[in-house]
Amino acid sequence: MITTDAAPFPQAGRVRSFVDFYLTTMRTAVATQFQYRAANYFYMLGMVAEPVIYLVVWTTIAKSSGGSVNGITADEFAAYYIVWTLVRNMNVVFGAPFWEWRIREGQFSGQLLRPLHPIHYDIAYFAGWKVVVVTLWIPLAIGLSLVFHPALHPTALEVCVFIVAIWGAYLLRTAIQETIGMLNFWTTRGAAVFDLYMATELLLSGRLVPLQLMPGWVQTLANFLPFKWTFWFPIESLVGDMSTQSLLLGLGVQVLWIVGMFTVFRFAFRYAIRHYSAVGG
Amino acid sequence: MVDPVVHVAGLTKVFRVPEREAGLAAAARSLVRRRWREVRAVDEISFEIAAGEVVGFLGPNGAGKTTTLKMLSGLLYPTGGEARVLGHRPSRRERDYLRRMTLVMGNRNQLQWDLPALDSFELNRAIYRVPREQFRATRDELVELLEVGDLVRKPVRNLSLGERMKVEIVGALLHQPQVLFLDEPTIGLDVTMQKRIRQFVAEYNRRHGATVLLTSHYMADVVALCKRVIVIHHGRILFDGALAALADEFAAYKTIGVVVENGAAPLDAYGEVLHREDERVILRVPKNETARVAARLLAEQEVLDLTIEEPPIEDVIELVFAQQ
Repeated sequence: MITTDAAPFPQAGRVRSFVDFYLTTMRTAVATQFQYRAANYFYMLGMVAEPVIYLVVWTTIAKSSGGSVNGITADEFAAYYIVWTLVRNMNVVFGAPFWEWRIREGQFSGQLLRPLHPIHYDIAYFAGWKVVVVTLWIPLAIGLSLVFHPALHPTALEVCVFIVAIWGAYLLRTAIQETIGMLNFWTTRGAAVFDLYMATELLLSGRLVPLQLMPGWVQTLANFLPFKWTFWFPIESLVGDMSTQSLLLGLGVQVLWIVGMFTVFRFAFRYAIRHYSAVGG
Repeated sequence: MVDPVVHVAGLTKVFRVPEREAGLAAAARSLVRRRWREVRAVDEISFEIAAGEVVGFLGPNGAGKTTTLKMLSGLLYPTGGEARVLGHRPSRRERDYLRRMTLVMGNRNQLQWDLPALDSFELNRAIYRVPREQFRATRDELVELLEVGDLVRKPVRNLSLGERMKVEIVGALLHQPQVLFLDEPTIGLDVTMQKRIRQFVAEYNRRHGATVLLTSHYMADVVALCKRVIVIHHGRILFDGALAALADEFAAYKTIGVVVENGAAPLDAYGEVLHREDERVILRVPKNETARVAARLLAEQEVLDLTIEEPPIEDVIELVFAQQ
């Protein structure tokens, strides 16, 4: 029978429960994506179109400039942009503009009612989604490699750092976009800020071109912003020739940015839900 | 003395909404100077609900019912006043609280749209940290009670509105909440489905001793489930008491159903004729004259049958709002 005494939330096995939640949500995401196999392949083809354009442009420029641009050869461009396709798929997150949809459709209310911060669902769901996209990515990467002949000879350490760095990029991008998403609690025009973010990211992350090709002052500016740790660093950790110290330092900086951005998100979320009007249900 | 499960004192919610006149000039003016209006959706309401009670929360659209439920479930931050449920302050959204309550909103889907409901149930098990054995027992019990055994394996998107509502309820109760906030749980459902859900809520309340606060525009839901009702209008509570007492307080009339030997006899002299079907006539008479009119009918007509009834609850509710 009911009493008003508070039954404590089970603390025993808290970590196990957390892992159980993440695995169950990831399984749910995989099962959902399997419902849309054809749509996923079209999505992947769309995702590959962007780097292939960059790749064709830079390869052509390199070949017409005596084999390289700023010391980057056509084969190295191929390696950069083929790894780019994996990094891009890995750092797809619950985007800031979708917060408006989530609120309007009443989905956010449902998530707020759960005894778990909504961010965990986003992280777990999109992590599960990666299992599907990475599986679909493999044949595309093989096809691109056969056509463009990438120069890719990573060491074991570089592979290990890359694996950690792409998940770091995923978490950092999640933290940034979720924080921007909080603007939807104050304004219905959060999309404008998101557009500014996307433009800045495009230029300062290594998404458009390898940062080595940017002017010096842009490279310096990029060092003080989080964007390069979501694209350039994971890609360079695998295709570049970074020292062990640079690789580990890069992971450390990534961790600092992740902790910093999630701290900002936490405060933003706390204030945002006070403004929540639950209009969508 | 046992603490109430729900304690609300002076609870208030004020929304600040932008407003402007129509037209381009007004749009341009609003760029420089935006006008705001304060809407008191819930205005200093107070009530308590004891453990195991099923209470109907009634009011017209925009009365403040859903806003109140959202504040009690922690979705909305109150502007003022105090709310405590199971000893928790809902706005703090503590995990211990959230796992002991549920809010079910009619026409709102919280299940995974593309997957069978069983997958969503499994996800809820993980979210609410329900031990697997308890989860299986509860799920099977709820599936049996709501007779959805053949539905939970279909993708949710393939279910009808009523079917979806039933599996939605299963998903919302898998963690065996002690407090149920039900916001229009039968909205849009056919009569049979409404009845099934009513029976289920009554059975869940009986089996688990759960406390229920229910809003519904279908008075059949309220009559079947709630001994007590709280009536809210313009954000303020108009009535809080037994459902049976609602008519006493607000209805100024009663209805007399009468069958006389000469079915065609005019009965306008006894009261307002509301309805005439075959030989049965329904009269509306002022409450304080009911006994006298009934006596006159018995004395002056050859009465075959006579019943005195409170007006239908729908009419009483309409009267309550009309008097405001």
